Amino acid sequence: MSWGLDGVTVRFGGDVALDDVSVSVSPGDIAVIVGGDGAGKSTLCRVLVGLTPIESGVVRRPERIGFQPESSGVWADLSVAENLEFVASAYGLESGPAGRRISYLLEITGLGTARDRLGRNLSGGMRQKLGVAMALLSEPPLLVLDEPSTGLDPVSRLELWSMIALASEEERAVVATTAYVDEASRATTVLALDEGAVLAWGSVDAVLAAMPGRIYETAERAGASSWRRGRAWRVWSGDGTAPSGARETTPDLADVVTVAALTRETRP
Amino acid sequence: MIEVLDVGRVFGDVVAVDHVSFRVGAGEVVGLLGANGAGKTTTMRMILGLLRPTSGRVELDGRPAAEVDRRLIGYVPQSLGLYRDLTVLENLSFISAAFGAPLPALDGAGLGDIGDRRVGELSLGLRRRVAFLAALSHSPEVLILDEPTSGVGPLGRARLWESIHNAADEGASVLVSTHHMEEAEECDRVVLMADGREVVSGVVSEIVSGFSSVLLEGEVGDEVLREIRARGGKVLVDRSGWRVVGLGPGEIGEAVGPSVTVARVPATFEEVFVALSRESAR
Repeated sequence: MSWGLDGVTVRFGGDVALDDVSVSVSPGDIAVIVGGDGAGKSTLCRVLVGLTPIESGVVRRPERIGFQPESSGVWADLSVAENLEFVASAYGLESGPAGRRISYLLEITGLGTARDRLGRNLSGGMRQKLGVAMALLSEPPLLVLDEPSTGLDPVSRLELWSMIALASEEERAVVATTAYVDEASRATTVLALDEGAVLAWGSVDAVLAAMPGRIYETAERAGASSWRRGRAWRVWSGDGTAPSGARETTPDLADVVTVAALTRETRP
Repeated sequence: MIEVLDVGRVFGDVVAVDHVSFRVGAGEVVGLLGANGAGKTTTMRMILGLLRPTSGRVELDGRPAAEVDRRLIGYVPQSLGLYRDLTVLENLSFISAAFGAPLPALDGAGLGDIGDRRVGELSLGLRRRVAFLAALSHSPEVLILDEPTSGVGPLGRARLWESIHNAADEGASVLVSTHHMEEAEECDRVVLMADGREVVSGVVSEIVSGFSSVLLEGEVGDEVLREIRARGGKVLVDRSGWRVVGLGPGEIGEAVGPSVTVARVPATFEEVFVALSRESAR
């Protein structure tokens, strides 16, 4: 059993928002969708939860999904507890089990001491954690989180990913989007998107192994297939031959995704 | 050159910045790191001359920050500071006129085909590159960047960093505030703040490798977790399992008993912040 998209294409007017995109996530798996602004991350989430119609392809989704939109979904005029209670009543949960679930979620989010604070008065980190708690409330088999860690400081980000890891321990399938490749190290599978097109898809190891050519490090720019990385430059060589004076380096996920984006951009 | 000399800033009873000192030399890229509330924004505002220190002083090229010619400074806020209803060229002409600087060449920046497009229609990556071009148009000696590549994909991020490093290579002192390892690794060194104080500075990979966390294996029940929390440890979860920050393996071993194996493991970038915030809270 797995959830996801099979060869999905979405068009808004004449623009392709998702171009033949496939992604699949099983219970206990975490799929991280990486891409910049305009890559199609939010569209993918909205397709997965059924808010955006598709032109072609297949969407496999369970009946119940926990969804946190990019805006966090927290109501500014409700308190922390009221936000959770409202979601519980929307799902028609009985008050006994709902109360126990809310207590548990307040404990793992560390929001117990802020239960009466209004949504508008929460810090960014608290708001995102509450958003995830609201998405988890109905114990959905699939959790879809759109940029849950955007704007969070490292401490809040770690707490948030801790919640996500707990959800995966509970055998939920998780799809989370981010603009930062380093967050993909927390995933079982990675999908890198650029302007709606798939740059890379698979387990982190498979994505690393699938990169054609080799990566070298040099002291200066070396043509169109090079980019800055710290004080040095990275150079991609498609046929693997070493540029003069360059030292081969082991590519990481950021290199692989950059190479895929470069290749896509320079394709005629 | 940016010099922050024993600077403090108090708001009422709250000490936002407490005796912080660091410098950013010409040609250097320095990262300013810290959790929210650590004092980063207050420090940046004092460097920009928007806020006066309560004690100590901030100097830009040897003069007090609040008194220097604005043309010395280039600043890209997170909001980017561009007019969304104006075209790229209109934005750049307005900014270069305000600074009395020549209009920057869009072609040279690889942005030749977007001059007549409205800024509001551009992708975030392109908007960020335009904001950079605007901030660099008057060749500032001090460049302050607030999370310069947030929301941008890997290739766009590499291109933005190319222009940041180029500005440094031409002699600018660059200070970058960030929350992400990928950005911190681009900096020559970083200054890490917690609770208004500077807690550590150096190369980010070396700072991170100086910390360790503890991995728990075996029967980790609620009782065990509660015991660790009661002793001041912060419990986190990732795919490797339960991890504890802020307590050593010895202390945890006593707390959990023989059913759980306790192993010291390298800390992640984020765990270093948790460890430092806990230390400074003590």
